[in-house]
Amino acid sequence: MDYKAFRQEIRTWLEANCPVSMRTPAKQEEQVWGGRNIKFPNADAKLWFERCVEKGYCVPDWPVEYGGAGFDVEQTRIFKSEMRKLNCRPPQVNLGIWMSGPAILEFGTEEQKLEHLPKIARGEIRWCQGYSEPGAGSDLAGLQTRATEDGDDFIINGSKIWTSYADESDWIYCLVRTNPDAPKRDGITFLLFDMASVGVEAKPIELITGERHFCQTFFDNVRVPKKNALGVVNQGWTVAKRVLEFERNMMSDLGNETGSGVEPREAALHYIGKDSSGAIADPLLRDAIARHEIQKRAFDVTQQRMIDEFTNGAGNMNTALIFKYCGTEEEKRKFELLLKIMGENGLGWHDHQQFSESELNTTIEWMGAKTHTIAGGTSEIQLNIIAKRALGLPGVLS
Amino acid sequence: MTLAFNEEQRTLKDTAREFAKNQSPIESFRQLRNGAAPEGFSAEIWQAMIELGWTGMIFPETYGGFDFGCMGLAGCMEELGRTLVASPLLSSVVLSGSTILYAGTEEQKQSLLPQIVGGEKRVALACDEGFHHQPASIATTAVHEGDTFVLNGKKMRVIDGISADLFIVTARTAGTPGDAQGISLFLLDASTPGINIERTSLVDSRNYAHLSFNNVCIPASHLLGELHNGFTALNKALDIGRICLSAEMFGGMQEIFERTVQYLKERKQFGVLIGTFQALQHRTAHMYTEIEMCKSILMLALDALEKNADNAPQLISAAKAKISDTYELVSNEATQMHGGIGVTDELDIGLFLKRARVSAELLGSARFHYSRYATLENF
Repeated sequence: MDYKAFRQEIRTWLEANCPVSMRTPAKQEEQVWGGRNIKFPNADAKLWFERCVEKGYCVPDWPVEYGGAGFDVEQTRIFKSEMRKLNCRPPQVNLGIWMSGPAILEFGTEEQKLEHLPKIARGEIRWCQGYSEPGAGSDLAGLQTRATEDGDDFIINGSKIWTSYADESDWIYCLVRTNPDAPKRDGITFLLFDMASVGVEAKPIELITGERHFCQTFFDNVRVPKKNALGVVNQGWTVAKRVLEFERNMMSDLGNETGSGVEPREAALHYIGKDSSGAIADPLLRDAIARHEIQKRAFDVTQQRMIDEFTNGAGNMNTALIFKYCGTEEEKRKFELLLKIMGENGLGWHDHQQFSESELNTTIEWMGAKTHTIAGGTSEIQLNIIAKRALGLPGVLS
Repeated sequence: MTLAFNEEQRTLKDTAREFAKNQSPIESFRQLRNGAAPEGFSAEIWQAMIELGWTGMIFPETYGGFDFGCMGLAGCMEELGRTLVASPLLSSVVLSGSTILYAGTEEQKQSLLPQIVGGEKRVALACDEGFHHQPASIATTAVHEGDTFVLNGKKMRVIDGISADLFIVTARTAGTPGDAQGISLFLLDASTPGINIERTSLVDSRNYAHLSFNNVCIPASHLLGELHNGFTALNKALDIGRICLSAEMFGGMQEIFERTVQYLKERKQFGVLIGTFQALQHRTAHMYTEIEMCKSILMLALDALEKNADNAPQLISAAKAKISDTYELVSNEATQMHGGIGVTDELDIGLFLKRARVSAELLGSARFHYSRYATLENF
C-alpha cells in the first residue's frame, strides 16, 4: 500500500468534494444526525453527506459490503488527519457509528451485520443507548429491566435513564435482564430493537444546561424477537463492557476541543490583559493557565508515549486506564478556570444582548462538562478500575 | 518524536537500577546522613559511578565524554533517585560540566571537561543569592582591575559546595540585579584567599554551602567564556540540570508510591487490609494518573532537548513544575497512608519527603517554572 499516494488521493477528493461552508466547526444545531428523520441545516450539508455516503466515508474503516470504505488502520488514520487539516465537519453524527456499529461488527452474526450496518453507514437509522436505570447507575450490572421469554420473542418491561436523544432515535441497543437468578453479570443480554415498537415511550429530562437531550425511556410489554440479541443470551455483559470502552475512548477526547473554541490563554489575554512586563496581569490565574496547559500537553502525548513504549518493547496497557478520568477531569478544571478568567461574562444566561455567542456557549459547556465525569462510567468508577487493574488493590467494588 | 527509552538507554537504566539497589541502597544514605562522610557522599560510590562512565555521558568525545545524550543520563538519574543515591553527578557533571561546555573557550573545555569526567576535579556551581532560585537576580560584582577581576558578594545553596575543588561563580560585570545581560562566569579555585565557605544543613542531609567573597582576586584568564554574556550558556546548563533533577525526583516518587501500594496490601485494620478502603483506593489511583502524566511530560521534555527543539526550555519548565507538584502530593500521601509509622525516622518515606521538598526548590520551584513557562510561551 502506497500510503503517500493514498494521502494525496484523499486530500484531492476532500478539496474537490467538501463544500467550503462545511470546513468550519458545526454549531450544535448544524450537526447532521442520521436517522429516519434526517434533517439538513442547508444544501451544502446535504451535498457533503450524500457524497460521503456514496464513498463510505461516514464509516471509513468498515468493510465495503457493510457500507464502509474498507480502509485499514493506517488509511483510517490518514483519512481522519486529512479531514482535520481541512477542518471538515463530520458528514453524519450517529451513536451507531461509534458504539452499536463497532459492537455489531465485533459480535454480530452475518445477518445482523447486513441488516444494521449499511443503514448506519447511509444515515438511515439513528441509534441510542439503553444502559443506566433509575436504580442502576454506577452499579450498571445491577440493572433490573426484565426480558421474559415468550416463544420466539422476549417481552421487555422496565425503564432506562440518561438515554441520550431517545425521543429522536430509531433503534436502541439495550441491556436487559434475561436471568434474574444468576449472579448479576451472568444474566444480562444485549438486545437491539426498534424504538417504534409498541410499548416504548421516551420522556426528555431537562438538565442544568437547559438542554433536553437525555430521556427516561419506559418499556411496557415491548415484544422483541430473540434473534435480536447481539452475542450470546445471558452473556451480554461482555458486549456491554466493550461498548463502554468505545464510549470512554470517545469521551477522553472531549477535553481536547472546546466547542466554542475558547482556550484559557486566549481568554485571559482578552478579559484580563497583560501588565507592563508582558505577563497576564493576574499572577495566580497565569499560574493556573500554565498548570492547565502543562497537564494538557502531558495528556496529549500520553497515547504517543504508550505507542513508543510498545514499539521499544516496554509497553504497559494500564496507562490506557487513565484517559477517561484525566481527560474529563481536566476538561472540568479548564472550564472552571475559564469562568474565573471571564468573570461576569462567563455567567450569562440566554442573554444575547449583553453576552456574545461564544460567551454563552462557554457557560453552557462549563455545565456540560459536569456530565462528562459522570456519563460513561463516573470518575470514581474509573478510579476503582485503576485501583483494581493497575495497582492490584484488594476488595475493589465492581 | 520518541517518548520512550530505546534499548541501549534501557540497558543503561537497568544497570543503574541494579547499581543503586546493590551498591548504594537507602541504608548507605542513612549512614551518610549519620555523619559517615563530611562531603555528603561516599568517595567509593562516586568512583564506581565514574568507572561506569556516567560522568561522561553528556559530553562529546573530544572532551573525554561518550556523547550518549541527556535521555540516557536521565534514565540513570531516575534509578539513582529510587535509593536516594548521593553523589556529585548533578553538581559537578551536569551543572558545572554543562556550563563549561556551553560557555567555555576551547582551551577551557579541553583542560577542564576531561578532569570532570575523570573525577580528578570536582566543580560546584555558585549561582543563587536569595532564598529562591532566581539566576538573573544576582548582585555579586566582579570589577575588572588590570589583569584581575575583584569579586565581592555572597552565594547561597551551592550544591556540593563543601570540599569542592573549583567553583563556577556567576557575577555581575554590568547592569543591575534582574538583568540577564551583564552576568559573567568565573572559574574560582576553592583555595583562593578571601573566600569564606560555610556549610548549610538542609533537611535532605546533602552537601550545601554558602559562600562569601571579600575582595577575591581572580586572574582575568579565569573568566569562563565571554564578558557580560554568560547568562545564555548558564541558563542552558541550568536546564540540563533541571531535567536531570526532575528525572531523579520522578524515580523517588515512583519508589515511595510503590512502597505505599505494597503497604496497603499488607497492613490490616478493622480486621481487613487497609487497601480495601475506597477512601485510600481512590487517592492512590489518582496518584497513579498523576505519575503517568509526569512520565509523559518528562519524556516530552527530554525528547525536545535531544532534538534541540526551540521549545525545549518551556517543556523543561513544564516537567520540573509538574514533577515538583506531584512529588509533593505523593510524598505527603505516602507519609499519611503509612499512618504513625510514616512519621518515624525508621521508615524511609521521611527521607524521600525531605528530599522531595529540597529538590522541588532547587533550580526553581513549581511557581518559578509555571511563570517561566508562561513567559517563554509569551503570556
